[in-house]
Amino acid sequence: MRSYLELSNVSIEFTTKSSTFRALDKVNLHVSKGEFISLIGHSGCGKSTVLNIVAGLYQATEGGVILEGKEINAPGPDRAVVFQNHALLPWLTVYQNVELAVAQVFKGKRSPAEIRDWILHNLDLVHMTHALDKYPHEISGGMKQRVGIARGLAMEPKVLLMDEPFGALDALTRAHLQDEVMRIHASLNNTVIMITHDVDEAVLLSDKIVMMTVGPNARIGNILDVKLPRPRDRLAMANDTQYNHYRQEVLKFLYGGHNQQELAA
Amino acid sequence: MLQRARVMTSELLNRMSGVDMSALLRSWTLTVFGIIAFVLLWELGASRIDTALGKFPGPQQVWSQTQSLYDDHVREQERRQDFYERQDQRNAERLAANPDAEVQFRDYTGRPTFLDQVKTSLITVAFGFTLAMLVAIPLGIVCGLSNTMYSVVNPVVQVFKPVSPLAWLPLVTMVVSALYVTESPLVSKAFLTSAITVALCCLWPTVINTTVGVASVDKDLVNVSRVIQLPALQHVRKIVLPSAIPMIFTGMRLSLATGWMVLIAAEMLAQSPGLGKFIWDEFQNGSSDSLGRIMVAVLAIGLIGFLLDKLMLLLQRRMSWDKSTVLR
Repeated sequence: MRSYLELSNVSIEFTTKSSTFRALDKVNLHVSKGEFISLIGHSGCGKSTVLNIVAGLYQATEGGVILEGKEINAPGPDRAVVFQNHALLPWLTVYQNVELAVAQVFKGKRSPAEIRDWILHNLDLVHMTHALDKYPHEISGGMKQRVGIARGLAMEPKVLLMDEPFGALDALTRAHLQDEVMRIHASLNNTVIMITHDVDEAVLLSDKIVMMTVGPNARIGNILDVKLPRPRDRLAMANDTQYNHYRQEVLKFLYGGHNQQELAA
Repeated sequence: MLQRARVMTSELLNRMSGVDMSALLRSWTLTVFGIIAFVLLWELGASRIDTALGKFPGPQQVWSQTQSLYDDHVREQERRQDFYERQDQRNAERLAANPDAEVQFRDYTGRPTFLDQVKTSLITVAFGFTLAMLVAIPLGIVCGLSNTMYSVVNPVVQVFKPVSPLAWLPLVTMVVSALYVTESPLVSKAFLTSAITVALCCLWPTVINTTVGVASVDKDLVNVSRVIQLPALQHVRKIVLPSAIPMIFTGMRLSLATGWMVLIAAEMLAQSPGLGKFIWDEFQNGSSDSLGRIMVAVLAIGLIGFLLDKLMLLLQRRMSWDKSTVLR
């Protein structure tokens, strides 16, 4: 069976003044519809590069990405991106930020009233309807990220791409937002690819954890299927042997064995 | 308890406003002190310099010249009004005597006063500046968006940027006289020459600053625009312009300041009406009042330049989304 999203033999080279640098080497990945995938690895291993190629913001040097049978070669709203630093337009309010995306994506397809309802619905999903007319500098980091997620969801993407969405948040806010993302994923069943460097986050949220080796020539080192039943509760998980097993698998990959040798080399 | 809290709050408020007030008072005192110190130094220095046209004008002489220039203006206004009244009366009488009589309307041809010259200069600089901005801002946006365009335009900008207005002036004069040939000119050639010279000199700071501002739009925001596939014009309007506004205004302020400086020099050299010509005429005139009058013009030029900059700041504050930044 052909998969929903497929990365086949994706490699990318960046040319600097003196040399070419091969960041990714033959990355292969199959994602099914509704799956929650985490990309984990040390910094600089090319996680973001993979995400940017799927988003269409970068072009693979070799290989390609196929989404629902069509090759991707440009950015588009069917692959919405949630950026690490929220990337909200500081001169627009919360509502207007989501509106900018929604109005553009559904231009001519939905009536103004429908567009308005849809914006409010998505802001309601992330519990941000109380701050519609606030500007980004007037709300907290966690709230900005919520708006970023609402903007991503509102584009009705086939795949939602999240680039370390909780990386810049404090631990409590992060936990709270992780729960929200799990809730939204359970109700909408979106296909999600998320970059993270947080092992607990990866195990808690994902169906599959894609572990990448350190770059250059980064590859997918291993793929871990997380078969924990949903809904998952973070308190219950803390003492779950299966959860801890997955956790250790990821830690072993990141801090033991071949990766460590490559880091030293 | 409540009473106590209320007292404490009011005390706190008093202290806070006290701090604000004293800081304000301090800055005002310093400003006034600066001005007084300058006037004293000026007075001291001026009394020691003897020129062929008498002593260098001190503050008092400049003040009296300011008044006399203003009186001149008022007198000239009255004369102009009288002239038109007389003309109207004469025409009315003639028409009353003979309804078919041809009546003549002549413009008053009095000498332009100091305030007239200021007005002319302001109109000229406004026209030249606007002309430059209409070219500079779009050009800067295009150069900031496209590396190719930047490579094409940048060398030209870098070469013309340091050119003095006086070098352009003869060329502009000749080109204007050659190309601007109409039966009834809307504006004078001298006006066009000065305005175009101003425009040529105040293009560059805005082009350069706009280019930098547009090129340094946050990459994430550009990516947002790419993901939602904003069309090019919308991208410029919704993402690029709001981000680049502070840099564009920095460029415009530099341009306006340059333009104002250039204008005075151009008017002096081209003998086109305005403050520059006023200064030159007074210099040629060589009366004992001349230096005082020139000093009035110097101060007026400075004051107007300062006000023009404040005006741009005000405009920037109105147009910028970020009301929290301190603008200087």
